Amino acid sequence: MTDRHRRTSGTPRSERAVKWFVTLPPSVYLVAFFLLPSLIMVAASFRTPGAFGGLEPLRAPDGSLQLSADTYRFLFGDWIYLEIVGKSILVAAVTTLLCLLLSYPLALLIAKSPRRHRDFLVLLVVLPFAANFLIRVYAWILMLGPMNVLYSPVAVIVGMVYVHLPFMILPLYTNLEKHDPALLEAAQDLGAPRWTRFWRVTWPLSLPGVWSGTALVFIPVLGMFAIPELMGGTGDILIGNLIKEQFLDNRDWPLGSALSLVLTAVVLVLAGGAVLAGRRRRRLAKGGA
Amino acid sequence: MALLEFRNVSKRFGSLLAVDNVSFAVDSGEFFTLLGPSGCGKTTLLRMLAGFDAPDAGDILLDDKSLAGVPPEKRPLHTVFQNYALFPHLTVEGNISFPLEMAGRPKDEIRRRVAGMLALVHLEEKEDAFPHELSGGQKQRVALARGLVNKPRVLLLDEPLGALDAKLREEMQIELIALQRNVGVTFIFVTHAQQEALALSHRIAVMRAGRIEQLDEPDRLYGFPQNRFVADFIGKINLLDVDVLESTPDRLSLAAKGLGTLTAPPVQGVQPGAHGCLALRPEQMRVVAENEDTGLPNHFPGVVRDLLYEGDVTLYRVVLRNGTALEAMIANSAPGRPRFFEVDDRVEIGWRPEAGRYLHD
Repeated sequence: MTDRHRRTSGTPRSERAVKWFVTLPPSVYLVAFFLLPSLIMVAASFRTPGAFGGLEPLRAPDGSLQLSADTYRFLFGDWIYLEIVGKSILVAAVTTLLCLLLSYPLALLIAKSPRRHRDFLVLLVVLPFAANFLIRVYAWILMLGPMNVLYSPVAVIVGMVYVHLPFMILPLYTNLEKHDPALLEAAQDLGAPRWTRFWRVTWPLSLPGVWSGTALVFIPVLGMFAIPELMGGTGDILIGNLIKEQFLDNRDWPLGSALSLVLTAVVLVLAGGAVLAGRRRRRLAKGGA
Repeated sequence: MALLEFRNVSKRFGSLLAVDNVSFAVDSGEFFTLLGPSGCGKTTLLRMLAGFDAPDAGDILLDDKSLAGVPPEKRPLHTVFQNYALFPHLTVEGNISFPLEMAGRPKDEIRRRVAGMLALVHLEEKEDAFPHELSGGQKQRVALARGLVNKPRVLLLDEPLGALDAKLREEMQIELIALQRNVGVTFIFVTHAQQEALALSHRIAVMRAGRIEQLDEPDRLYGFPQNRFVADFIGKINLLDVDVLESTPDRLSLAAKGLGTLTAPPVQGVQPGAHGCLALRPEQMRVVAENEDTGLPNHFPGVVRDLLYEGDVTLYRVVLRNGTALEAMIANSAPGRPRFFEVDDRVEIGWRPEAGRYLHD
């Protein structure tokens, strides 16, 4: 009786211990290397830049706190910064759209090919990762140079699309591969011609994959600085370059921090908007409207 | 004029002859079943009719017009798929209206007809549910409604009850019969479950290895199987090896090795000396205690080897002198007396001569 009692009360406790044991290391890691640095950046964005980089001490010689919103006033007061944020969003959107258009047919092709070929085709998709990122970018520079498109927005987009293509193909493939072929047969049997079958069955069922791919491409492109720096012209800098410049060249840490936070805010707002739009669409579908 | 006709249809997959020169016709309003074990070609016939596979030889005609070259989406036939294949991203209402939207029907007509179908399959309150929120039986009804809503000339059903549990299957069988009578659409039903075929169909084609072994009404199929395969496949049956002693227009005289002579109804064209088997349904067998009189001309002594009590009936396996086992199904009609015999009881087993059917090898 006591034995059973002990065992039944012991199980949840040991389960809880396992839960802690499993979730603690990643939690500690995220707090130490993501949450704390982010908070440090929030604090830094309200401080004063040091004369030779870094930050001025938090307390002035007279003992008063040196915190102000001057950096934000400066940032939102100058159109050039918001214009670059806007341009970054545009480049990210165009890159994402091109990735989607190029990846969808390929992902569909891989998903429909015989099972024994699929792993090999997926391997081909990720094979470019075997070569260093910079080497692949320099390869593009060598190719685009003679074509007279280097150091232009076109070159930046080409590079961005190339580098991020696998991040769109893989989630799309993972989704499309799971589709039940009987659904397409059912649609055809019920009178749907080829394109109708795609738009009424395949496309709506693939939306989760489309959203994953969009997030995996859009967010990194928004912050990317290497490709615009190497392949773009002087007018092609994006928010990523701007942030890098503040920390490494201008030595204005508060401005760099503030720009980083603006970038984070843009991503959060867009992602939140997408989630809300998805909910609304589902509600409408349920309402039968 | 038949609504639908298969004319010498053959289909080969690699080295496998899946359908071998099959011909049959189906009338308008019929509940027609293709019955057979897996791999017999019944599903291939259905897929060729739906248009997903093309025959290698022969032709399929609907209203006397060939369907060759007509793609599935242009055929006035709809299919209820084995696992329903409901669209998971559409509600019940969205699923059922799909074929009507494809046919370009006006919105108010779609709404009216979907509501009618929902009432017919008793799913009015599930209109806004998604397929994953439905039970197996409800999914089944949605699939039926979706297949019927655009009034197809023929509804094809590919093992539609296979995924349901036994009790639900029986309920759906009754609903299916009522539904088919209500809508008057011709049903082509594919199944490997012989009981289901017998219960539902107007006519059944029993298939094996790409060929039709026998095409008949359920009671004819059960009562007068034409060969050993059909006899064995449909229902429970005893097959007793026999030689023909005498064949006259009004009876057959047969010899069972190690047992003696017995008589059976006449079969045309059977010559003395022929070898075959006598098919006997277990429910036609009479069993009495040893030394009691069965009152039947065909009877042999035996020993009860096994018995299977099934509640309403008990199945007795009686072993005869020559080692042949015969099964007898006896109704347990007397309350408080579930069994008439026990294992190892010595008994006499017999049957009326008309109950047997000689099958030529």
